[in-house]
Amino acid sequence: MTTANVYQQRPGDDVKAETPLHHANLPSLFGKGRNNPGVTLRERKLLGHLTLRGEAHDSAFSGGVHKALGLELPVALGVVSQGELSLQWMGPDEWLLICPRGQEFALEQQLREALAGLHIQVVNVSGGQTLLELSGPSVRQVLMKSTSYDVHPDNFPVGKAVSTVFAKSQLIIRHMAEDTWELVIRRSFADYWWLWLQDASAEYGLAIAE
Amino acid sequence: MSQVNRLPNGGRIDRSKTLSFTFNGQHYTGYEGDTLASALLANGVDIIGRSFKYSRPRGIIAAGAEEPNAVLQIGASEATQIPNVRATQQALYPGLVATSTNGWPNVNSDMMGILGKVGGKLMPPGFYYKTFMYPKAFWMTYEKYIRKAAGLGRSPLENDPDTYDYMNQHCDVLVVGAGPAGLAAALAAGRSGARVILADEQEEFGGSLLDTRETLDGQPAADWVAKVIAELQGLPGVTLLPRATVNGYHDHNFLTIHQRLADHLGDRAPIGTVRQRVHRVRAGRVVLATGTHERPLVYGNNDVPGNLLAGAVSVYVRRYGVAPGKKLVLSTNNDHAYRVVLDWLDAGLPVVAVADARGNPRGALVEAARARGVRILTGSAVIEARGTKRVTAARVAAIDTQSMKVTSNGEWLDCDLVASSGGYSPVVHLASHLGGKPVWREDILGFVPGDAPQKRVCVGGINGVFGLADALADGFEGGARAAAEAGFKVVEGVLPQVLAKPEEPTLALFLVPHDKGTARAPKQFVDQQNDVTAAAIELATREGFESVEHVKRYTALGFGTDQGKLGNINGLAIAARSRGITIPEMGTTMFRPNYTPVTFGAVAGRHCGHLFEPVRLTALHAWHVKHGATFEDVGQWKRPWYFPKRGEDLHAAVARECKAVRDSVGLLDASTLGKIDIQGPDAREFLNRVYTNAWSKLDVGKARYGLMCKEDGMVFDDGVTACLADNHFLMTTTTGGAARVLQWLEIYQQTEWPELKVYFTSVTDHWATLTLSGPNSRKLLAEVTDIDLGKDAFPFMTWKEGLVAGVPARVFRISFTGELSYEVNVQADYAMGVLEKIAEAGKAYNLTPYGTETMHVLRAEKGFIIVGQDTDGSVTPDDLNMGWAVGRNKPFSWIGWRGMNREDCLREDRKQLVGLKPVDPNTVLPEGAQLVFDPKQPIPMDMVGHVTSSYMSATLGRSFALAVVKGGLKRMGEKVWAPLVDGGVIEAEICASVFVDPKNERQNV
Amino acid sequence: MLQIFCPHCAELRSEEEFHASGQAHIPRPLDPAACTDEQWGTYMFFRDNPRGIHHELWIHAAGCRQYFNATRDTVTYEIFETYKIGEKPQVTAKPAGAVPEAAAREE
Repeated sequence: MTTANVYQQRPGDDVKAETPLHHANLPSLFGKGRNNPGVTLRERKLLGHLTLRGEAHDSAFSGGVHKALGLELPVALGVVSQGELSLQWMGPDEWLLICPRGQEFALEQQLREALAGLHIQVVNVSGGQTLLELSGPSVRQVLMKSTSYDVHPDNFPVGKAVSTVFAKSQLIIRHMAEDTWELVIRRSFADYWWLWLQDASAEYGLAIAE
Repeated sequence: MSQVNRLPNGGRIDRSKTLSFTFNGQHYTGYEGDTLASALLANGVDIIGRSFKYSRPRGIIAAGAEEPNAVLQIGASEATQIPNVRATQQALYPGLVATSTNGWPNVNSDMMGILGKVGGKLMPPGFYYKTFMYPKAFWMTYEKYIRKAAGLGRSPLENDPDTYDYMNQHCDVLVVGAGPAGLAAALAAGRSGARVILADEQEEFGGSLLDTRETLDGQPAADWVAKVIAELQGLPGVTLLPRATVNGYHDHNFLTIHQRLADHLGDRAPIGTVRQRVHRVRAGRVVLATGTHERPLVYGNNDVPGNLLAGAVSVYVRRYGVAPGKKLVLSTNNDHAYRVVLDWLDAGLPVVAVADARGNPRGALVEAARARGVRILTGSAVIEARGTKRVTAARVAAIDTQSMKVTSNGEWLDCDLVASSGGYSPVVHLASHLGGKPVWREDILGFVPGDAPQKRVCVGGINGVFGLADALADGFEGGARAAAEAGFKVVEGVLPQVLAKPEEPTLALFLVPHDKGTARAPKQFVDQQNDVTAAAIELATREGFESVEHVKRYTALGFGTDQGKLGNINGLAIAARSRGITIPEMGTTMFRPNYTPVTFGAVAGRHCGHLFEPVRLTALHAWHVKHGATFEDVGQWKRPWYFPKRGEDLHAAVARECKAVRDSVGLLDASTLGKIDIQGPDAREFLNRVYTNAWSKLDVGKARYGLMCKEDGMVFDDGVTACLADNHFLMTTTTGGAARVLQWLEIYQQTEWPELKVYFTSVTDHWATLTLSGPNSRKLLAEVTDIDLGKDAFPFMTWKEGLVAGVPARVFRISFTGELSYEVNVQADYAMGVLEKIAEAGKAYNLTPYGTETMHVLRAEKGFIIVGQDTDGSVTPDDLNMGWAVGRNKPFSWIGWRGMNREDCLREDRKQLVGLKPVDPNTVLPEGAQLVFDPKQPIPMDMVGHVTSSYMSATLGRSFALAVVKGGLKRMGEKVWAPLVDGGVIEAEICASVFVDPKNERQNV
Repeated sequence: MLQIFCPHCAELRSEEEFHASGQAHIPRPLDPAACTDEQWGTYMFFRDNPRGIHHELWIHAAGCRQYFNATRDTVTYEIFETYKIGEKPQVTAKPAGAVPEAAAREE
């Protein structure tokens, strides 16, 4: 009896792939726009995204996660990272694991092996979301235009991540370094966010980075 | 025209920067630092508009937000029109174009003025209710005329070229108002290290300190203001918002601030900048330092241009270097107003007299005026002004405030300016937005804020603390308290020294008596914006409108953009006196946001145009666009509706697409369907409880259609769920129901059955779904996949994994068209590549992309329901003739089972889903059409159901429909009629709801 | 706009992140089949509409997606507590220090 279907869903890197912002043709915008832009946007594309569910209070679970990933299970509103791997608290029994492209299948297997016998869920959601990195001195202003969540560093220090309302939809905001923030967005809303961010950062100057 | 009323010096204006502007087509000039109002007054413009009801000429009365008359239309072009701008709050900029909103055809000769002259008789309060109510149908006509004549401003007809946005702010302390108390509060809170926002509606911070005669530490008050602002600017936690009106005080200390970032710069905001911004502030503590509004006295003809508030005259003289007249008469009941006398004399202008209602005023300011030889008439008041377009004289007479009688003949004084002051009303609007009745204080003759649930502190004038030294101390203390309550350590501060000038008490005087009595006296205006007179208020109380809220609605007192800033207390006092009760017994009306008008642009922010609503796109959207799709909005999704070829309309395209699917193969983007990954040892049991049918025996590799009901037994979603592994399922939902269903699963798992071990995660966006449907779908798919598609290897209602076009896919053999179909699911990033390869291979099979319209027709031909179209929340599975999907023997009483076993749900004459064939095969029944069994019965007819889906079918060669009909399942072959709005009637025959391939021979191949 | 303390995220968040889901503590009958129509109708449709203290079910929809309960004053809109599913409310009467009703809104 198999408890879960684990499936390598990603083809090789030679197969045509289109990120959620493919249609925006971001590469054509690299290096253009204002000098000293207030905001620089970079799509961190085609990463592996896994949703992990389990019992936070069960030491077998937290221990298993650590064993599989080498990361401590973050507590509420935390995001921990090591190299290209990050693990974010999404809810009392839910985490988001983001990893380099293509590693999600192996990581799911490692997690399932380390957590065998426990009631868990691991779901590949790589195709359903993407990560936008915003950096620069005016990012906080753009965020303030968009979300009622308090993004002041007193309330939103580096290492914090929240899922919240942004403009007229929802996304995840992660504070990764002093002037660097990440937005985890759903694929189908990508065009809306792209239009929104261009508009909201217009007065500060927006650059697109590779 | 020269600035005839501009004083030779003084004022906080820059006389080296001359700005030109137009008002009602006339060209004028003013200076940088002027408001539109001060510039108009400087140019001797008396008439600013016509009044709302009586069409009387009106001029500027006030100098701030409380101005009731000078409410103008601003804008140099059609696209930049802004209505309802107070001239007193609009900074002058070069090229400003302003026009009166009242007065048609023009303010100086007005058509309604003729009506207005006798208007007292013609237009009593309640006039609109009484006159225009009948006949009802004419109201539209009347309203159009009244609106045009009354002039409420107009919105632009072209798109606004400027941008507007929101900014979400968070702070420990929000200080509202940057007068003396507000500045002191901000200083105290700011020095504690708290995050502080200081907002003020004016062009400059300082409030009354910008025009006061008093000094701080022996220096001009404005110097202290500059020093404080400099210190606040240096504090990292402090945000200063000038030109920012705090307009609404909402629950849990959420306040909205309307900031005009560029309205002082020009007709349009500089390129690349935001014109106005709404700050949405969540504040730990709020310090309200909103100050006071001076109250005018109510006397005859007090609306003729040249009647101003005493304090406003001082503001114009001291802050703007403008004398709004030549010869001043002051009518007052308090000491503070005497400063206008001194300001006027300092400007070198004559004071004709002061009428002081008090018997023996001896306060410091009174004595200062007396010492300068001013004639002071005690126990007296201006009871009436004379003049039509400008004051020419004022009648001062002795009055008795107890009996409200005029006790002398009085005398007419030659003057062109009557300044009046009836005391000072705390600005309690914001403090009252959330309820919390203001409390009357007899000692200050004003309402102060009462208790409220909000974490707020009121300081200074709003608190009834009027003296400058006291207001500074109250502000500092309040700011410190707010910061301390927010958890910050407060730093001691030294306040500037103020030379205290004790003032004598104010006398309670609101309506000034007239020897003819209120009803016959010249009009005594209480609310000039809404044209409400003292007589009207008395009439309202006599007619039985006793409650303050009723008086307000009957007379329009304090309506609209005015919100009772000048008229509220006077109106209450008059109503109270008329009823023989006290002002606190009368109470006040509610104040509501917004404090002053907010432009639609600011309300919309950036949520307009292409950003009005989020748009969701599938991974294949670009392909649909390229192939000419017309799109349909399904929730937030853009779905291809149909793919017209050159010259095709909807019907032609849909007929072609339907035929292609039935004859060969079509392609549908089904990515928008909700998809939920379900894992856990209790996943099966959970499915048993939320679906109507049984899931215990669904093998791995198989899929099943399920209906979901609410507890009342009514269908609310449906979809196919596949068993991916023993503890692992993939549920699909309707496109519109995706979020709803996930929340439905969560609420039951989290609140009712937490013991069930199961997790749900949305994978809607992860998988892109390409549906191939039609007899050639197998052949086509076989060309691009390694999966064995053989009839037995891959039967109906199963799924397989394998490569499709080189990409790992899950393929589901399910069908929503009745044809052989495969739903190919791939990680969305790779869907475009897969589609392109399938489309290439599909050329040999006339692979035809189809949209939602064709999907709807094809599924209806098979009798497949669409939840929300064929159901409406009142339909059970049995009503849909889908009893086969009801697990009547499942052990657990699943959601909906109890509900659908209510007596009413078991009735045989419930509305049931059936097919309809219009007798005329070329007639398509309108969806939503009501059905009757007897079209000849009298109206109202007995309606027995309605059409839920209706199409022309290329496959059937005729029209057909699905409908719910009372007892319809037992009425096969009977007739129903659809009487239409246009009088026509469509006759149709009831038939089975499956029109094509009832034996399912086409999908099971 | 209210500000609500999410007991899972352990901080105050804006109302727009939440959805209200009606009265709290209305368990589904364990044996619906045993319910009379009247009992079932009461479970389905009848809810308290108090002036004052009310226990409500909310979901942190845009945040951690968890349901929880809140004790709210329907007059002053004060929220006295929020607590996780399965827990009992601590506040069942208006606490001392709460704002008197008379000071709150009147429409």
